[in-house]
Amino acid sequence: MLKYILKRLIISLITIWLLATVSFFLLRSLPGNPFQTEVLLSAEVQQRMISYYGLDRPLYEQYFTYLGNLVQGDLGYSLKYVNRSVNSIIAESFPVSAELGLRALAFALPIGLALGVVAARRRGKAADYMSVLVAVIGISVPSFIMGTLLQYGFSVKLGWFPVAQWKGWEYTVLPSIAMGLGLLATLTRLMRASMLEVTTQDYIKTARAKGLNERQIVWSHQLRNAMLPIVTVLGPLVANVLMGTFVVEQIFAIPGLGMHFVQSVQSLDYTMALGLTVFFGAFLVAANFIVDLVYGVIDPRIRVAD
Amino acid sequence: MEKILDVQQLTVSFDTYAGEVQAVRGVSFHLNKGETLAIVGESGSGKSVTIQSVMGLLPTPPARLKQGKILFKGVDIAQYSEKQMEKLRGKEISMIFQDPMTSLNPTMKIGRQIMEGIQKHEKLSSKEARARAIEMLSMVGIPNPESNMERYPHQFSGGMRQRVMIAIALACNSQVLLADEPTTALDVTMQAQILQLMNELKQTLGTAIVLITHDMGVVAHMADRIAVMYGGCIVESGTAEEIFYDPKHPYTWGLLQSMPSLTGKSSKRLSVIPGSPPDMLMPPKGCAFAARCGYCMHICQEEAPPSFNIVDQHQAACWLLDPSAPKVERPHLQHIVMDGGVR
Repeated sequence: MLKYILKRLIISLITIWLLATVSFFLLRSLPGNPFQTEVLLSAEVQQRMISYYGLDRPLYEQYFTYLGNLVQGDLGYSLKYVNRSVNSIIAESFPVSAELGLRALAFALPIGLALGVVAARRRGKAADYMSVLVAVIGISVPSFIMGTLLQYGFSVKLGWFPVAQWKGWEYTVLPSIAMGLGLLATLTRLMRASMLEVTTQDYIKTARAKGLNERQIVWSHQLRNAMLPIVTVLGPLVANVLMGTFVVEQIFAIPGLGMHFVQSVQSLDYTMALGLTVFFGAFLVAANFIVDLVYGVIDPRIRVAD
Repeated sequence: MEKILDVQQLTVSFDTYAGEVQAVRGVSFHLNKGETLAIVGESGSGKSVTIQSVMGLLPTPPARLKQGKILFKGVDIAQYSEKQMEKLRGKEISMIFQDPMTSLNPTMKIGRQIMEGIQKHEKLSSKEARARAIEMLSMVGIPNPESNMERYPHQFSGGMRQRVMIAIALACNSQVLLADEPTTALDVTMQAQILQLMNELKQTLGTAIVLITHDMGVVAHMADRIAVMYGGCIVESGTAEEIFYDPKHPYTWGLLQSMPSLTGKSSKRLSVIPGSPPDMLMPPKGCAFAARCGYCMHICQEEAPPSFNIVDQHQAACWLLDPSAPKVERPHLQHIVMDGGVR
């Protein structure tokens, strides 16, 4: 087990290094420089900025400097936010996005799985069609429409929750729902398919032949086996959700990480875009690693030998 | 002989988009206490559907029990509710399946899979249930039963898993064991061991067995009586001796001829029954076997043959047995050595 974890750790580091390298050179191959967009800067000033940040040095030199800093956990200074390091921006915004993501998950995960199970067990009946309807709506209605509708209904009309901003518990409800609904729909659909798949397995027939009733079969035989494909997608899904989403955060004016992903690329904030990519990559790799460990807990067949 | 199971005129159809698939069309058979009845026939002849409807395991819909009685100890269990069937399954009637590789839950320790059934049917503490499960494991020949209780199905070989399946099935002393091609997925040496085990358990526990198979070798080894199924009907039934030494139905002849021989020349081609089984969406008007039968007469295509009594329990549904039919010489059937020692 220890050997396996060590091996995975090394592979993870290589993955992150590859990610950083590819992103570094891709970003630099974009046309323009970070200071061009500001109309007021003269060519002379631009040049001075470029040399200040060391962007005029040979690319490979910059690359090695970046890697050297990265190894020490330093993601560098933002080119746009004066005097602020990428680390401090992440430290400030990530907890907000993560909290929102966790709330969305807490809402979507239990309801999504439950709906999926109910739909599969009542296949072809009203409960099934209801769940499928929820899933279709959740998947096809984009979060910016859902978000605006929620704001209009629950804030403007009913006045139950504040329209936007991030200042306390009541502020988190609407954005969590707006974000969680798509997630809920995906989980419902997956869980339904997975449960139906398991229903046709031979061991379910064996369980029935033992005289177990429906409830016992679902709880002790079906659920655990149906969870396997769900856990697989859950890793990347959780990573994605915790990283924040641009759209929902914009609509509800939440100071999360989502905004930075989009803006940093638009404004060619090299260090910021790269730093976020590496951070997200590391997070994703870690999530997948955890999923693999959980997988072994659920399915004894793929449990790692000691 | 006391009939423990008596199936009368069982008719089962599947409602599909293409129409009604008549999988089982008026099957009648009975099982005496402590005997082994083999139901043989090729794929799609309705064998599995027949015994799965005895267990009430067919999903309804699409399956539909159109008519017929399933008398277990004289009570018609075809009329039972799901709740009543749950009390019966695993306690009075048990079943084992074709593929032991997929019949056990891969994420549950086998000990628990055995205990589950015991605790469902008998008021035992988990300690007592555990003791019973260990006892069952050693009875079916699993070494170190105590430590093997804690292992998962993937840690066992196919033969061992089928032994576990048998342990699950017999854990509550079922009087009837329905075995749906229990050895088809196993290699030959495992086959022999599992059959031997089933025979032993039948002797010690007195369990009556319905064995479904298409392997005539297995039948010769196991069966007291045989029912031959074709196209959703039983075409011939009788004792093992009658079916092997004095078969009357051309389909039975075909089945026996198509067995490879150990004594014949190896260069000799294996004999086959030409054609394929009928489409059960539109079963033929007359005898289901008529299209493939070398002795087919005009009436065979017009009207389904009734069951002719030959002697005592030996019956066959073929127009050749009608007094007015022409006399037909039975083809030469190779001599089958029946394994009397084991039975």
